This record gives sequence, C-alpha cells and structure tokens, in this order.
Amino acid sequence: MSQTSINAPVSGGLGMPIVTPSVQARQTDQRSSDSAPILSLSGVSIFYGDYEAVRGVDMTVRRNEITAMIGPSGCGKSTVLRALNRMNDLIPGARAKGTIAFHGQDLYAREVDPIEVRRRIGMVFQKPNPFPKSIYDNIAYGPRVTGMKVANMDDLVEQSLVGAALWDEVKDKLKASALALSGGQQQRLCIARTIAVRPEVILMDEPCSALDPIATTKIEDLMHELSREYTIVIVTHNMQQAARVSDRTAFFTAEVDEASVRHGRLVEYDETQKIFTNPQQKRTEDYITGRFG
Amino acid sequence: MTTTVAPNAARQPEIDYRQALTQRRARPAELLFKVTLQFCLFVGFAFLVSLLTYVVYKGWGRLDSRLWTQMPTGRASRVDQAGVQSAITGTLWVIGLTAAICLPIGIASAIYLEEYADTEKWYNRLLELNIQNLAGVPSIVFGILGLGLIARTLGLGFTVLTASIVLSLLVLPTVIIASREALRAVPRSIRQASYALGATKWQTTWRQTLPAAVPGMSTGAILALSRAIGEAAPLILLGAVSFIRFNPDSLLASYTTLPIQIYNLIKQPQAEFQELASAAIVLLLVILLVMNSIAVFIRNRFQKSW
Repeated sequence: MSQTSINAPVSGGLGMPIVTPSVQARQTDQRSSDSAPILSLSGVSIFYGDYEAVRGVDMTVRRNEITAMIGPSGCGKSTVLRALNRMNDLIPGARAKGTIAFHGQDLYAREVDPIEVRRRIGMVFQKPNPFPKSIYDNIAYGPRVTGMKVANMDDLVEQSLVGAALWDEVKDKLKASALALSGGQQQRLCIARTIAVRPEVILMDEPCSALDPIATTKIEDLMHELSREYTIVIVTHNMQQAARVSDRTAFFTAEVDEASVRHGRLVEYDETQKIFTNPQQKRTEDYITGRFG
Repeated sequence: MTTTVAPNAARQPEIDYRQALTQRRARPAELLFKVTLQFCLFVGFAFLVSLLTYVVYKGWGRLDSRLWTQMPTGRASRVDQAGVQSAITGTLWVIGLTAAICLPIGIASAIYLEEYADTEKWYNRLLELNIQNLAGVPSIVFGILGLGLIARTLGLGFTVLTASIVLSLLVLPTVIIASREALRAVPRSIRQASYALGATKWQTTWRQTLPAAVPGMSTGAILALSRAIGEAAPLILLGAVSFIRFNPDSLLASYTTLPIQIYNLIKQPQAEFQELASAAIVLLLVILLVMNSIAVFIRNRFQKSW
C-alpha cells in the first residue's frame, strides 16, 4: 500500500542532502507505466501578451497517475498547469500555441467551451480558498452551478468529504463557516469541493506550500488515495514531495534565448524514479542535488 | 571556514542593560504629532457638537408631534399650527424612488466595469474617466439638465419622478465608484475557485462576488443616498413647491422635501418660522442617522455570515 517513508538523506558533493526518494512505493501500486494518456501536450508555448512565458513543451499525462512538475521559480510550471484547464483564459492577454489534447480533443480549439473543460479538469490552489459560506455549501456549490443531477445532496457532500479525509473532523459542523477551519482542513475542503463535481483530472498548484508538515502529510496521503480514481498533476517547489507522491516528474527551468529573453522550458520528463536516481540531463541532476535553483 | 567576526563580539561587556533599556528619552516629535492629530479630531468633533447643540436648542420648542402631523404654512398668523408633514413624505417618496432608480443601475454598471469590461479597450477607459469626472459636477448643473431635458423636453414636469431621476443621476457616479471598490475588494482567489469548479462568469458574479461585496456596496449606497437626501440646489430648479399642503400620492405628484422646506422657513422673517426650521433640521439629521444605522446593520449582518 502507500508508504510515504522518507529514506535518510544522503550527503551530496557539497555537503547538502540530496533527495533519495522511496519511489518504489509508488511503482508497486499495481499500475503499469503505460496506462492510457489523458492529456497530451505537443509544442505548447504560452504567451502573456507578446511575452512567451513557456516555450515548446511536449509531455503526456497518463490516467490515474500523479504527475509532478518541479523547477525553480519563474520556470513556467504553474503557467503550464493553468493552461491545462484554461484558467489562463482569465488573465487578459494570455494565450496558448501548440496542442493540448484531452482524450484526443484539442482544448484550445475554437469550439471548445472552457466552462466544460474546467468541469472535467478541476483545480486546487496554492492558498486554501474556501468560499465564505458553510462547509456544506462549499461542497454543494460545484454540483449546483454545473447542473449535476444529484439524487441526494447530503450523500454527495458526505462522500466528497470522506473522499478528502475530512468527514470525521467536520461531520458535526457542516453548517459552520468554512473559514473557521484550520489551513490544512481548508485545503482538504477545497479538494473535497473539487471532487464533488467528479472531474477526471485534478490540478494542484503547490497545494501544500501554505501548510505545516502534518497537514502536508495528510494531503500527500490523500493524493495517493485520490489517484485510484483521478489523474493528478501537481506543481511543487518541494522536491521531496515530488519524489514521495509522483509517478512521473517533469523538470522545468528558465532559459535565456538569443534576444536575452527568459522562457520556461521543459528540460526532462520521465518516471519519477529515473528523474531522481538517474537523470539524463545535467541540469536536472544539478537541480535535484541542490547545486542550482 | 569563516573568518569574519560577528559585529557584536567586540563591544560586549560595558553596557548596563538595565540602564539602557529603562531610560526614557523625551521624543518631542512623537508627542507633537500625536497632539496635532488629536487637535484635528477635536476641531471636527467640536463643530459637529456645537451645531447639533445649537440646532436642538433653537428648535426645542417645536420638537413635538406638530412637526410631522401638521402641514406647512407660509402665514405667520398660523405658524403655531404648522409642521412639515408634506416635506417628510415628499423626502421619503423622492429618496425611495431615487434608491430604486440609482442602485440597480449603479451596481450593474459597477459589475460591468469590474467583472466584464476589458479595461485595455479605449471606450471602457473613456467610460471610467467620464464617471469619475461626473462625480465632481456641481449639483446645480444636474438641476439645469433635469429642468431642460426631463421636466420640459420629456414632459415629466415638476414631479416626484423628475426629482428622483435627477437625484439618481447626481449620485450615480458615487454609487458606481463605491460598488466598484467593494467588488475589487473581493479576493481574486474566490472567483478562481468558482471558475475552477466549472461555474460561468454570471454564476461566479451572482453567487460569489456580489454577496461578498454587499457590505461595501451598502455602505456606499447609503452614503450616496445621504447626499441625495440633503440636496436642495437641483430641486429648487425642479419646482419643489415651498408650502405645499398635501402629501404626494403618486410618481407624478407635486412635492417638497425637507431641505427645500428648511430653506424656505429660514427665509421667513418671523422667529417662529426659524424655530420650526431648526426642528426640521433635527428631524433631517435623525433620518440620516437612521439610514446610516441601517447601513451599519446590513454590513455587520452580512459580515457575520462569512
């Protein structure tokens, strides 16, 4: 089952601990490394106005896997993540080139409705952002606005909270304000809210960066559970976290081109075990051993 | 290996910490600043208190039920039997209708500008600039506009409806600006959370942004209406009749309002009229106070549900 033990850190060349992941825990989780692709990016570049923030990304996200995106600040990993459910549309001047295909359908085709995209590809944000409503209403909001046919909303709320490992803590105060919960509970509520609309993919943008280590552990355990039913893409600054939770890891970095403009680039994308034990690119190795970034 | 010495290491022993930490230096600038602030507060407060005291003192003899049960009169011989009932009802009619006109339009405009408009586009920026400038136009100008366009050209005459439309135009910029501020204060993360669940723009605005902005909007709305309720200048041009002996009973009725009534009473030479004017001023202030209390109540009530 899902063990999240962290092996004792081994000293790297500069006296800094390098990451030694227990990726085996993930790999033995009876999933084959060739499960069906659900999101395919080919030649994806993302622009803010005239500025090309990310250039030429090719990668494939597979069903029921956890895909991590790591890299230094400003390397475009969050930008790529937000492109996957068209949240970038909300930023004036943002646009994407190339193809992002979801089950083969290009998400940026003219006739695609971003509302429908976001119903199927949900998102959990860096800072917990519950609605200023009751816990119950936070969960029920998504199903209500998307017009889901719900036989019994109480059951759906319970299932969602159970699914986000929050039910036992809040079952007696469903009508209480969500803002009264702790940060970690709020983030699990946000996850519960996301799974209430039954998406296929959950995007997580540094979901633990505002949380303490105990709350972080809970979210990571939860991600293991969720990956049975959902496909997860997570952006994280925490390399240990990527190593602990993910099946595949994409390493991004910022490159300066001939015109001395910085672009985010995907450097290497592979099984997490390979990225952390035997990276093919020097830059990846430098980053994960702490020599850069 | 590091060879730099910590900067504090050199001068450690001689300091008497008890003496150093307990000595109280005089800080004249600090004191002066505080006294100045207190003085400014006192000036504003003193003016308000002296005004209130003076008005209550002057109007004390007339602060009774005659004020709201009797109709105004211009005849000195009957001043004992006079009140300002038609001005009270006129004010309530005009301000109620003003609210009904300017709040929906103002809030809708604010929602458009804040949530829907692409502020990169020149026409939206022009619109914004216009609204800000309109907020500074003297109210008498709105009165002239109302007289020419609404009372005469549109033929609505000197009625409650005309007065309400003009007062609505007058306070609309204030309502729009206050509502935009309230919308802008709603965290972006709330909108994003809603969109990420598959909500449309309309659902996000109606179910998340707008409810969260209600406290700020209601404060702005009440402030705007408070300004409208105290306006006399545009209504002088719009035929608010001075001594009217009946209450308005429809949108197209003649009317008077409290500020107009106060203005006309003060103009009378007899002291009795001026006493009545003071009593009417107290009444107007009470109405304003009640409105502000409602704003505070709404704000607190909605904030609790957060």
